[in-house]
Amino acid sequence: MIETRGLRKSFRSRAGRETKTVDAVRGVDLDVTAGEIFGFLGPNGAGKTTTLRMLATLIEPDGGQATVAGADLLKDPGEVRRRIGYVAQGGSTWDESTAREELVLQARMYGIGKAEAQRRAVRALEAFQLTEFADRKCKTYSGGQRRRVEIALGIIHEPKIVFLDEPTTGLDPQSRAHMWDEIRRLRTDGMTVFITTHYLDEADALCDRIAIMDHGEVVAEGTPAELKREISGDVVQVGLELADTGEAEKLLDGEEYVNRLETLDEGGLRLFVDEGATAIPRILRRIDAAGLDLRSIELHRPSLDDVFLTKTGRSLRES
Amino acid sequence: MKLARDTWLIFQRQLHLLLRNPVWVFVGVFQPVMYLLLFAPLLKPALNAPTQAEAYKIFVPGLLVLLAIFGGLFQGFGLIAELRAGVIERSRVTPVSRLALLLGRSLRDVVSLLAQAVIITLLALLFDLRVFIGDLLLAYLMLALIALMTSAVSYGVALKVKSEDALAPLMNTVAQPVLLLSGILLPLAFAPGWLQGVAKWNPFSWAVDGTRALFNGDVGNERVWQGLTIITVLAAAGVFWAARQFARSVR
Repeated sequence: MIETRGLRKSFRSRAGRETKTVDAVRGVDLDVTAGEIFGFLGPNGAGKTTTLRMLATLIEPDGGQATVAGADLLKDPGEVRRRIGYVAQGGSTWDESTAREELVLQARMYGIGKAEAQRRAVRALEAFQLTEFADRKCKTYSGGQRRRVEIALGIIHEPKIVFLDEPTTGLDPQSRAHMWDEIRRLRTDGMTVFITTHYLDEADALCDRIAIMDHGEVVAEGTPAELKREISGDVVQVGLELADTGEAEKLLDGEEYVNRLETLDEGGLRLFVDEGATAIPRILRRIDAAGLDLRSIELHRPSLDDVFLTKTGRSLRES
Repeated sequence: MKLARDTWLIFQRQLHLLLRNPVWVFVGVFQPVMYLLLFAPLLKPALNAPTQAEAYKIFVPGLLVLLAIFGGLFQGFGLIAELRAGVIERSRVTPVSRLALLLGRSLRDVVSLLAQAVIITLLALLFDLRVFIGDLLLAYLMLALIALMTSAVSYGVALKVKSEDALAPLMNTVAQPVLLLSGILLPLAFAPGWLQGVAKWNPFSWAVDGTRALFNGDVGNERVWQGLTIITVLAAAGVFWAARQFARSVR
């Protein structure tokens, strides 16, 4: 459904007299299959939004190739536009307009006739449980209601693919869960959904497949389960005072049962071990013998954050 | 055909939103009405006009051109608000005509300007201004073209600078000399030779002269067709340039 090869984009930014070139996206290869929810996971500034905006024809790539919904992105962006929907991160509704007016306008901008546009608006309002507020101005809506209008706007012309840029950022937990259901419903309706997110739990729970992006590159791609399986064994997280962290690192780095070790910015260590049950007593003994103050110790299965950490050397939570 | 349909679509939407808050049309008229009531009475003695009506024949056309220039140049602010709300980006992912995104908005501005021009003309009639309807319609055409140009340019600049803070001083810097060099408030016939020479390079001074000739019933005056031609060419250029800004990638 989407296939990209070597897609890149750089921006020139001026600071005073100097011009700097920032490589926002440096060669992205992606294969998104029809009917899946594909997630782009990465910290802010990783190049997710830039990639998404290129695929949605909003900015022109500097190089590379892409086919989106069967149309060539560089040669025929007009055809791509007809086949995709796009929902921006920062919102797209006008305060003084109503949901119904916005939906009808959007359908008509896709060339749909007036009567059909009105029918589609009614259907969309029902599907997104907006009928009650349909004729109120958008400025009176809650964050969750407004986001639902925006998604409805993105799919009013029944596209094959819909791009959602950070669809749940800024929503409260309940609206967020609600939004996940809406997104799954799009998949049930046969749409391919491409989302960006910097929430690990969202990528894990919602996406069929994810690509992890960092510094403009895809560093890992696969199903959440596959990615986590790449990291064998368990993760032991040791909470320590910041002052003690350096010493604990020296103590434990050489231990033969520790496959990999990362320090945490807030103090403490994350240890990748083969078997947590046998490793924990040994870790505790070392820390105790050195007289360090242990604040907490946790054992867990590898999470997407651990995947991110092993691929980039940083925790997504910290970046 | 798609262009006409899309333009109509955007125009309807913009007009609908404007009419939801019609107070803005009247706010726009407030300042010129103040000029008409509080400044124009000074003109009869100052211009040495035989009657008050004669003074209005000189002043009202200038005032209307002023309204068209300023009304147009400041439309960009609304567009910046739309940019910020994401409405422009939402339009740009659809196949809607880029030229229509501009034309629909600019035509709304033209209609709102003409509504204001009618209000001012009617008020001036109360002060004994008399003008032939044919000449008046031609004068309105001139105003419409001016507003089309200035609003298109304002939209284009707004898409480039993307911030009110940059747009306001920019537009003021442009509008100030244009205003002073067009003989809007007082005819340039009073100006010293060098000033008249500079003003010749200001297209709006031709438009003002043409509009004044029309209000004077002098439709055969060469300044009428000259002014209309100059403004038509500039309006086409302005629309072309601004439509390109709409088509271009906005980051």
